[in-house]
Amino acid sequence: MIVRFWGTRGSIPVSLTSEHIRHKLIAALTGAAGQRLDTAGAIEHYVDSLPFAVRGTYGGHSSCLEIQRDNGQYGDTHILFDLGSGARALGQALLARHGKTPQTYHVFMSHLHWDHVMGFPFFAPAYIPGNRIIIHSGHAEVAAAFAQQQDHPGFPVGFEHLGAQIEFDIVEPGRRLAITDFFITMKKQRHGGDSYGWRLECDDRVVVYSTDSEHRLEDTDERKRFAEFFADADLVVFDAMYSLADAVSVKADWGHSSNIVGVELCQLAAARHLVLFHHEPAHDDAQIAQVLDETRRFEALTRDGRALEIISAYDGLEVSL
Amino acid sequence: MDVTTRQLGNVLVVALQGRIDQATAEQLRLTLEPHIASCSVDAPLILDFSGISYISSVGLRVLMLAARQVTAQHGQMAIVGLQPVVREIFQISRFDMVFKIHESVATAAAALATPAT
Repeated sequence: MIVRFWGTRGSIPVSLTSEHIRHKLIAALTGAAGQRLDTAGAIEHYVDSLPFAVRGTYGGHSSCLEIQRDNGQYGDTHILFDLGSGARALGQALLARHGKTPQTYHVFMSHLHWDHVMGFPFFAPAYIPGNRIIIHSGHAEVAAAFAQQQDHPGFPVGFEHLGAQIEFDIVEPGRRLAITDFFITMKKQRHGGDSYGWRLECDDRVVVYSTDSEHRLEDTDERKRFAEFFADADLVVFDAMYSLADAVSVKADWGHSSNIVGVELCQLAAARHLVLFHHEPAHDDAQIAQVLDETRRFEALTRDGRALEIISAYDGLEVSL
Repeated sequence: MDVTTRQLGNVLVVALQGRIDQATAEQLRLTLEPHIASCSVDAPLILDFSGISYISSVGLRVLMLAARQVTAQHGQMAIVGLQPVVREIFQISRFDMVFKIHESVATAAAALATPAT
């Protein structure tokens, strides 16, 4: 299975500024002093050796993931999580892969806040007749939310003008969905207006998508239920937007979690990989890289058994399981 | 988790020993409750963590609630003697920005006795 990240930023998309790029260039050129970089190969080798926060960026699109079976074939049925601004680039990639050949898209929504739906009006497959898009959600108002964001005066193309066949499937927690070879269950999470996590199983691999979820640390039963939901997952995509100190004080009840709680829950659940996700929009690449380093250190300090691999999501990341 | 208290002038020192995790966080909350209630600018509280080997998120939350209550009642509280692992956990969770952290009871008591400028 391949998990492909198209949008990883929390709350609102962000973009690099000229000043950010200038800092990266200065850091890269400073490091290059004294090195012999007179061939394309040497330059590429040098660039690849730089820290990710210097040579790349964690990106700025809001939440959007694609899941693909690792069988070398794309097939005509696709699994997506959320339709944040990353859905625009995903749509372009899907068009490049499939052209106008009819495809079926199953989208699993964490919730309906704007950063998780805003990419849909720019999702090109939605405009192509013959395509089928099924939007699965725990929210009864899902259809209205999607139509509303394309209403006048917010967007020039009304929902009714989309060419694809679009369906909405309201899911009850505990219902097990079977889509081709994927089996999917949903869990209600603590967030303003509720959110839902998704556990996807296929080919003996398990991916959990759990974003926009606040955890009540004192609630032992809730902790246990999340550990069960994450149990033995190969990959847990986790809302690590805030520091723990912020999450339990000034940003309590804002509906998000921390890197610390992500590690603790994954350790409790014996998960294999934790992906830090839904990055704080105020954080630059250096800050996100620092959070990643610190989270790995925290995992090492608290490890009791098998190591938990930790990575930080960025737009364009692909994880093969 | 073991707890001992001693009075150092007007400063109350609460010394904790063991691990603060899911199993002991509620005990910590109940232990601190009366001491937090009586904490004031004239009767500061020092939490001696030199015997604490580990603290989890749920334990840190108890400390956060205590800190907020102390602030609301204009009291003074400090933490002393963090073991290296616990000190790192405070840093990674950003709790080092929430508390006044000192090396020893003596330095904390001296700092708390000095009026803030």
